[in-house]
Amino acid sequence: MVSANTELTYDSKIEGDIVVTRLDSAVNWIRSNSMWPMPMGLACCAIELMATGASRFDIARFGAEVMRFSPKQSDVMIVAGTVTYKMSSALRRIYDQMAEPKWVIAMGACASTGGMYRSYAVLQGVDRIVPVDVYVSGCPPRPEALLDALILLQKKVKKEPSFSKLFSA
Amino acid sequence: MPAAADAVAAVKGGWPGVTDRASLDHPAINVPASDLLAVLRSLRDDHGFDMLADVSGVDWSVGVSPRFTVVYHVFSTARHDYVRVAADCADGASPEVPSATGLWPGADWHEREAYDMFGIRFAGHPDLRRILMWDEYPHFPLRKDFPLAGIETELPDADVVAETRTGAIAAPMMGGPFVAAPGQINLTEAEPRAKDESWSERRPKPGA
Repeated sequence: MVSANTELTYDSKIEGDIVVTRLDSAVNWIRSNSMWPMPMGLACCAIELMATGASRFDIARFGAEVMRFSPKQSDVMIVAGTVTYKMSSALRRIYDQMAEPKWVIAMGACASTGGMYRSYAVLQGVDRIVPVDVYVSGCPPRPEALLDALILLQKKVKKEPSFSKLFSA
Repeated sequence: MPAAADAVAAVKGGWPGVTDRASLDHPAINVPASDLLAVLRSLRDDHGFDMLADVSGVDWSVGVSPRFTVVYHVFSTARHDYVRVAADCADGASPEVPSATGLWPGADWHEREAYDMFGIRFAGHPDLRRILMWDEYPHFPLRKDFPLAGIETELPDADVVAETRTGAIAAPMMGGPFVAAPGQINLTEAEPRAKDESWSERRPKPGA
């Protein structure tokens, strides 16, 4: 027997207009379902990032379709591509300008570890200059892999003590 | 219109220092650095090689004299033909050739790149700064005595360095360098990989 899932969740006929929850989970629910990316497209991974945003893979299904080209309006920096040393300080400055709370996805081999560029010019992993929440393997990763990383990040955000952190900080 | 070989013959007649250079494709000449601009100008104005396609540098290795050579490729847009012009830098310690920016403004960034990678100075260049590496970078990465992994160097922005406590490091080789196997039919086997996996950063190279 299949039952409509409205009966399993909030039902205004039974509960009136009241939803009981914890503030942490309410805040995290809001945060995790509207993570606006800062598209830090630096190399070919950015092409896959664009594919993730386009209609076939449609990152809008996860509330992350609003690519913000201003760090001040974005929540998650997706480092898509090779970070050279020359670019690294600019990347750090952009990260610094993002408003808290903020997260970072290192997309692909180059952003995660320097990838195949064991060279004098390439930062050996973006985690050397910014804290990374999710690493995505692949060269470049397929859009599904990036969406998986986004879902993982949403799971992580949902577990954060977001509200209590406001007062402890 | 004379062919590229005729242009080369005419240039050799005009400047006795110009000699033939071994080449598998286009006609090529060696030119003394003192005649370089005059030869390039003649190729451009008298022989129709109106486009400067490339300026690049060669490091023949430490201890070799001349150590550095600058190679120009000039192209004729009318006849679709190239001439290669090479000029040795007399001084291996501070290599210098005259800048071609007066003849082709497009030489500007080519020469900046050659300066950035090899440290070859182009006399008369209007703005000879590094173009790829940051301005304060102390090395010339494509010189033969520069290791592929790089040399530990400070990053230019003091505030970022203070916050992240990181710098340019010698890249971990982990048994590398990673080389492709050309001519391999099986593409999986041809993938770039470390040829010597007996050592890594954690397990030092045996006998080293």
